[in-house]
Amino acid sequence: MEKLLDILRELHPETDFETETRLVDGGVLSSFDIVMLITRIEEEFDVVIPARDIVPEHFNSAKALYTLIEKISEQDD
Amino acid sequence: MLFTSWAFLLFLAVLVPVYFLVPKRIQWIVLLLFNAVFVCAAGVLGAVFMVVTIGTVYAASRAIDALYSRQRETLAAIKETHTKEERKQTRLRFEKRRRLVLIACLAVNFGILFVLKYGAMIGRFSAALFGTRAFGQDLALTMGISFYTFSTVGYLLDVYRETIPAEKNPLKLALFTSFFPLLVQGPITRFETVGRALLEPHSFDGQRFLSAGLRIAWGYWKKLIVADRLLVAVKALCARPDVYRGDFILVEMLLYAACLYADFTGGVDITIGVGELLGVRIEENFLRPYFSKSISEYWRRWHITLGEWFKRYVYYPLSVSKPMRALSKGTRKLGAGVSRRVPVYLATLLVWALTGAWHGSRPTFLVWGLLNGAVILISEELKPLYARFHKRSPRLTASAFYRGFTVIRTVLLLSSLRILDCYGTIKEAFSSFFSMFTTWNWGAVFRGGIQSLGLSYTDYAIAGLGVIAMFALSMTQRKGAIRLRIRKRGTVFSVCMLLVLIGTILIFGRYGFGFDASQFIYNRF
Amino acid sequence: MKRELKTAIGILLACIVFFGALSALTRLAAPKYHDTLIDGHLTGEYYDEKTDHDVLFVGDCEVYENFSPVTLYNEYGVTSYIRGGAQQLVWHSYYFLKDALRAETPKVVVFNVLSLRYGEPQSEAYNRLALDGMRWGAAKVGAIKASMTGGEDFMSYVFPLLRYHDRITALTAEDFEYWFKKGDPVSFKGYMMHTGVEPAAETPQEIYEPNLPEQSFAWLEKIAALCEENGIALVLIKSPSIYPEWHPEWDAEIAAFAKAHGVRYDNMITENDAIGIDMQTDTYDQGQHLNVYGAEKLSRWFGKVLKEAYGLKDHRGEAAYDADYAALTERYEAEKQRQLSEENGA
Repeated sequence: MEKLLDILRELHPETDFETETRLVDGGVLSSFDIVMLITRIEEEFDVVIPARDIVPEHFNSAKALYTLIEKISEQDD
Repeated sequence: MLFTSWAFLLFLAVLVPVYFLVPKRIQWIVLLLFNAVFVCAAGVLGAVFMVVTIGTVYAASRAIDALYSRQRETLAAIKETHTKEERKQTRLRFEKRRRLVLIACLAVNFGILFVLKYGAMIGRFSAALFGTRAFGQDLALTMGISFYTFSTVGYLLDVYRETIPAEKNPLKLALFTSFFPLLVQGPITRFETVGRALLEPHSFDGQRFLSAGLRIAWGYWKKLIVADRLLVAVKALCARPDVYRGDFILVEMLLYAACLYADFTGGVDITIGVGELLGVRIEENFLRPYFSKSISEYWRRWHITLGEWFKRYVYYPLSVSKPMRALSKGTRKLGAGVSRRVPVYLATLLVWALTGAWHGSRPTFLVWGLLNGAVILISEELKPLYARFHKRSPRLTASAFYRGFTVIRTVLLLSSLRILDCYGTIKEAFSSFFSMFTTWNWGAVFRGGIQSLGLSYTDYAIAGLGVIAMFALSMTQRKGAIRLRIRKRGTVFSVCMLLVLIGTILIFGRYGFGFDASQFIYNRF
Repeated sequence: MKRELKTAIGILLACIVFFGALSALTRLAAPKYHDTLIDGHLTGEYYDEKTDHDVLFVGDCEVYENFSPVTLYNEYGVTSYIRGGAQQLVWHSYYFLKDALRAETPKVVVFNVLSLRYGEPQSEAYNRLALDGMRWGAAKVGAIKASMTGGEDFMSYVFPLLRYHDRITALTAEDFEYWFKKGDPVSFKGYMMHTGVEPAAETPQEIYEPNLPEQSFAWLEKIAALCEENGIALVLIKSPSIYPEWHPEWDAEIAAFAKAHGVRYDNMITENDAIGIDMQTDTYDQGQHLNVYGAEKLSRWFGKVLKEAYGLKDHRGEAAYDADYAALTERYEAEKQRQLSEENGA
């Protein structure tokens, strides 16, 4: 989780990612950010996020995103 | 059927009572019948294309669904007997077949869209080459095809991604595809929301009816008082790039911005209002777009459903696709920054090229789309710079003055891009745009210039008041839904507001003999 | 319950105010046809008539500028009215006749054949001039349906605000003056007076179709049938105006129609010498329309023709008619003097 927060802060140092729950709907993360983010996550966590999972619900909060990463890495095993 | 036709109002006047009087069980079937009438009234050929879309998407979605269940059964059966690698192969085999079905169906549907949109162009080309009669010119206008194709294909892609199950009853898919208010100028909708809502039973609710009436009336207000009036001047300006240059272009940009906003949001107000009449909630397509502080924010607030569609089904899948990943890996030696940017840049530019192509078949639209993409990429790259600026002068950047500046900057920027929309060729558009910086002719603009565009000063005054009303409403809207506040003041007050809207439309609207019932601008797309 | 009642009354009041305001605005926006475009006033004036008529004229400007009911009465005691209108087309004539039959049955109907050259609706503006003043009824509905040009819709006749709303921003003093007030009549039992003189000149040759449109004859058939049903004698005339041209082929077609239907047809252009019309002094616009002197001469001649052919009664001496026509004659002479002094002044 801490690793993820670091990646997020790298993108937007000014945002408090631990509490924010409307990252996409609130316009904090642009589509540009999201793709950059996915590339970073795939590098760091060694997972592949499929297109079907790239929906606002999964990217609105750091927590939701972390849950997604965990789910995907479990499936991979 | 145009929204601004007696036929449309009559259609509603018949549909609404019938819809609420029939037994709830068959409400959706009645609606389907009315949709069929609406579609056929627009032209039999259009109806045929729609039936093809419904038929192919239905068949493909059922086939994909069946392949998923067979895959699950097969995998369950071989779970104990086969190795992990063998099971993976089985899964991939099914995946390949699903993809084949999907691609075939997409080819048919985007093929229709392509032929209808570009048919006229190809037709003109072949007519010029071989002297044959141009075909496809009439087809190009076939109602709402861009909108319903995208909505229906979106449904198919959701089934393909296994986010929703395939609908078993083809008539239910037909109801979603043909829902009439969406055929005029969108928005693009999703089957899980609108498609499902259409199937639910709805009871008549007087309060909702009144609320819907207010929304519809406001849509007509914007359309008939502001958009149709300004359209006359915009058309006149665009038609003579040789005459209207220099400062006329700034006038054109601003008039077009107001006109397009009034036209498109007005049409969507009517669409959403009609949905509300029937009890069906349709997604919002605009969120005060001209209050955006950047182009990318603007595109999250203008024609929202189109942007969402492209992001969901093209941009994200493309940027995480295998070729993109490979490309990203291949460029790693150029540095992490570059390799990470390659997929985003390519995907952004491709999506914007497609968005441009969606809006029109002329090359100007392609350039328009790519420029939008370029502006967005540039501003993304400049973000760190902005951030430093914000840090250095926090007082200034937090001020209302600065926010106003960013909003105006955005409107001017997007209006500049839209110049491409107004002219037939890229050369004309660029030459017109840059003449703004080389020719100073405010004198000509105000000495008879703007009067030569087909509008009187009274017309400009009325349109100006209309724009002020729209602006004031948007400002108030930031603090909460307007209709909710009107409704809070009681039924009588709401009825009065509705009557005031209708009355002002009747008097100041641009309609009737002498004023052609101009099509909603977005109807073309 | 009490609250619902209050709401209902509130909505009702709002609606009453709304429709009241709209109908007031409709009246304000509609053209008044009193000081400008006065031809539009003609249609409605018929409904203010206090006496009935033995002769009813229908047709275009060649009837309402060329015949004077005042002369017909003062010379022969023949009562008449002209239901004419600018560029009145044959179906307008038919429906005006039908509309008039609701109130009275004349003995003779006179129709001027010039309008038969048009088989299709011509112009929205002329439709409005002709139909806006018409009383509602089956005849008006039929007239509107037969007249609409492309781009017009029926609703805008029912709710004229839909047509005239853009006039709200271009109102004149006339609109306020006659907002609720009905103005004085502009005609003398349908006759529009002109005292000016402008001699006839060379008329340009026009290219024309040798046959009048079939649709025109279909409507003329309907007029003939309507007259026959009601025991009315139909008289076809071609007024003595020399422009627009009346071609010999057309004349032959009308003569053949008249013969086949056993109705009278007078081509007055050929009678100009007998009537005594001199196109140097009796026209105010180079031979298109007659001035008051020409109209009076023509009426004196035509009154005699009608009286002899149809045995029309001399109504002079009947109190109601005498009173009506005395007042009319007074207004008629006053207008003549007014126009003459205006001319001399200018």
